[in-house]
Amino acid sequence: MVPVDYYIVLSAILFSVGALGVLSRRNPLIIFMSIELMLNSANLAFVAFASVYKTFSGQIFVFFVIAVAAAEVAVGLALIVEIFKTKKNINIDEMNSLKG
Amino acid sequence: MSSDLIVFLVLSLVAIATALGMLFSKNAVYSALFLVLNFVTVAIFYLLLGAPFIAMAQITVYAGAIMVLFLFVIMLLGAESLAPANSLPWQKPLAILLSIILAVEATYLLFNRAGTGMAVVAPDASVNTMESLREMALALFNQFLLPFEVTSILLLVAMMGAIVLTRQEKGAAQ
Repeated sequence: MVPVDYYIVLSAILFSVGALGVLSRRNPLIIFMSIELMLNSANLAFVAFASVYKTFSGQIFVFFVIAVAAAEVAVGLALIVEIFKTKKNINIDEMNSLKG
Repeated sequence: MSSDLIVFLVLSLVAIATALGMLFSKNAVYSALFLVLNFVTVAIFYLLLGAPFIAMAQITVYAGAIMVLFLFVIMLLGAESLAPANSLPWQKPLAILLSIILAVEATYLLFNRAGTGMAVVAPDASVNTMESLREMALALFNQFLLPFEVTSILLLVAMMGAIVLTRQEKGAAQ
């Protein structure tokens, strides 16, 4: 018997670590991974509450979040590859204009 | 201390350690591998919470497909270790301070305001039967049919977007 609060606290900690990654790292690939970590921590909270309230809605929402994350990664990584081809490096500080 | 709680504490230690390892690795390939381990740990949490279908989807989609895509791009670009930019020296301490404040605040609020006191009961064998999967599929295709269809359009658009973005311009190819 684990209180559901523990799962929510773990989810909050993982979310904070992901936020720290977005704020402090300069490699856009690591920033992307941190965003995945944040999505994952939200999923954990969803499944924890779905399990406590004995409903499938939370699990189905997690299913949708996974699909959205996959779509986001496909487009985001294509963008990063394209930026690398144009600028020859992917330092996030140099991405300050939309024009290629 | 019950065995459930011990399993939870050990796994959450692994989850937090791998998340921090992802964050502080110098090499992006190591970061990706740490993140795979983190996703597998979260999948085990899903199993503990009685959601085997989501756990398997987590492993196939996240740890399998998405992280392989990440590793491909990291190795394709040779972006394993970027030279650290030394602009804004105060940014890192400030980011650490802000995220610690975020974690403490969220934990405080969750324990004091939203504390439900409800406990996660260990799932019995019924979650592993076909009947449980059938109930979930019925909910997905009746109650959530519209979001499901919208998701398929979203995936189609993302696929087209990725193709358009990486396509060679005509004339530039030669």
